[in-house]
Amino acid sequence: MPKSVTGLAAPLPLANVDTDVIMPKRFLITITREGLAEGTFADLRFDEAGNIRPEFVLNKAPWKNASILIVGDNFGCGSSREHAVWGMGQMGLTAAIGTGFAGIFYDNARKNGLVLPIVTPEARDAMLDLAAAGDGLEISIDIENRNIIAGEMSVPFEMDDATQASIIRGGDDTLDSLEHAEAIRAFEAKLGDKMRVSVLK
Amino acid sequence: MTRTLYDKLVDTHKVCDLPGGDILLYVDFHIMNEYTSPQAFSGLEQKGLKVWRPEAHLSVVDHVNPTRSRAPHDAASKVLIDNLEANCTKHGIAFYGLGDRRQGIEHVVVPEQGLVSPGMVIACGDSHTTTYGAFGALGFGIGTSEVEHVLATQTLRYKRLKTMLVEVEGDLAAGVTAKDIIMKVVQVVGAGGANGYAVEFAGVAIRAQGMAGRMTICNMAVELGGRAALIAADDKAYGMAAGKPHSDGLAFDSEQWASDEGAEFDRIVTIDAAEIPPLVSWGTSPDQSVSIEGFVPDGAADMTPKAKAALDRAIAYMGLTAGQSVQDIRIDSAFIGSCTNSRIEDLRAAAKVLKGRKVAAGVQAIIVPGSTLTRMQAEAEGLDKIFADAGFDWRPESGCSMCLAMNDDIAMDGERVASSTNRNFEGRQGRGARTHLMSPAMVAAAAISGHLADVRSFTPEPE
Repeated sequence: MPKSVTGLAAPLPLANVDTDVIMPKRFLITITREGLAEGTFADLRFDEAGNIRPEFVLNKAPWKNASILIVGDNFGCGSSREHAVWGMGQMGLTAAIGTGFAGIFYDNARKNGLVLPIVTPEARDAMLDLAAAGDGLEISIDIENRNIIAGEMSVPFEMDDATQASIIRGGDDTLDSLEHAEAIRAFEAKLGDKMRVSVLK
Repeated sequence: MTRTLYDKLVDTHKVCDLPGGDILLYVDFHIMNEYTSPQAFSGLEQKGLKVWRPEAHLSVVDHVNPTRSRAPHDAASKVLIDNLEANCTKHGIAFYGLGDRRQGIEHVVVPEQGLVSPGMVIACGDSHTTTYGAFGALGFGIGTSEVEHVLATQTLRYKRLKTMLVEVEGDLAAGVTAKDIIMKVVQVVGAGGANGYAVEFAGVAIRAQGMAGRMTICNMAVELGGRAALIAADDKAYGMAAGKPHSDGLAFDSEQWASDEGAEFDRIVTIDAAEIPPLVSWGTSPDQSVSIEGFVPDGAADMTPKAKAALDRAIAYMGLTAGQSVQDIRIDSAFIGSCTNSRIEDLRAAAKVLKGRKVAAGVQAIIVPGSTLTRMQAEAEGLDKIFADAGFDWRPESGCSMCLAMNDDIAMDGERVASSTNRNFEGRQGRGARTHLMSPAMVAAAAISGHLADVRSFTPEPE
């Protein structure tokens, strides 16, 4: 897995972009993880008739080819749907830089290797301006050293140790956690009968 | 050392430490629905894993099912429902499907069945799992990868949150409800203001609430970003947890499930209950709300251009005019339902306003009880007749319905809905649909008036 990601950045300054906007519900009636690229930001990208909205940033040159978003506050709020993160990945997005993310979205991103650096409002606003200008802005996110290079700017970012390790290392949390099976059994052995839910009884 | 209720819940459920500051957190009980679990079961399949403790999970169909009738309304949603049942059968997990009298919205069903008790940790692939904080239990929403993780290990990799105390002191004014309390908190703290926090609600006005009101408050804590919501367990919480089908055995009594006197919080917010009016949302984020006596904002003089642009965008989407009185906002539909406000207490409150009155001409009004058992209770009390006489469409089946429009209850482009739900996001109730959040009694008042209206001007019909 990567220690850094690099790509063209697109500005998406709207605040409170919720997971209903990232992945509208009509794309959720599925039992697989696949086929979600088309649904990602669908109501921003396409009009009711399915025509491209030319004014939306990801439909315009040069940002059509963006792989990194600079986003508004509280990105990813709302529903727990991991489909939002799967779809962003399938659309070719590798990172979103913001001032703060909703908790479930942040954890879902970590599970899928979507990089979410947290920066100050000032740094975010400066990157939004740079990304919106002319030919676009190439950004490099150094995950290992928690630093972003954006044009002339060098911006430190916040990312907790466990998330950072998980993004760099990749791997499978479920399988890794099963290595603690003994500890889980020991914990369960301490539970009284009244602390063991049984829905089947 | 003094500890918060949140600390106690995490400490008592810690299996072991993990590198990087995470812990492995034991999950006492896990709930699944048909739309965020399929890929978790396929994950188990691919990895050749089994469910660690099948009896600690419950599956409920609620998101995609229609509420007019029992049969799935299309082939794709039938696939989701059948897939959940097949997965549960295969792994020996309890399944409450369509036609089962225990079926309903997951967060209404769980307390009804006695599956939540103070001191528990409960996870679910649904953001409104914060609801269980009303019982002094740690409930929180998870994504599908974490659903797989808890199925396979009965644990989650967990990062300890910061703590926020929201004190609501004093008494509420007449006509003001739990929904108004939490909408006020969202307005004050902001839509992302509690990101990274567990939020504990305390104070006279919180303690005065019954369990239904407390569940409404904790349910919407996620709308301010709270990853968990908590209220100290008291006699009301233990009382509601007891005497239900699954509750005889349940007791997590190793601790006092309340924050210790003098426990420290990372942030404290204090709100005066007496100052809270009946609130309605005007915008496209749950923190964009105003008193029913108020006006659509026209922007403060010192607003940044970016904030002004965001305000203008919300007003444009909602089809409103800056500065207009919210009581002049006419509605097309009224919806009472959702995990926030569809419990029997909510239905009684709305029925009190509707009794002897009629829904305004041209307004389509829908009521979806939170669960099959809630519907049966309401029918036993004659509430269905009050709703029907008033002109509400009393739905015979239960589910999330028009709260998020994943079934066939979808608001049209431009349709304006007075709604007892939790999110007024763009497109939430249908593409282009316009949602105004408010309490169930306020939805009833709006339905009768044909426009947003002050419930305090509706005196109940004499008994």
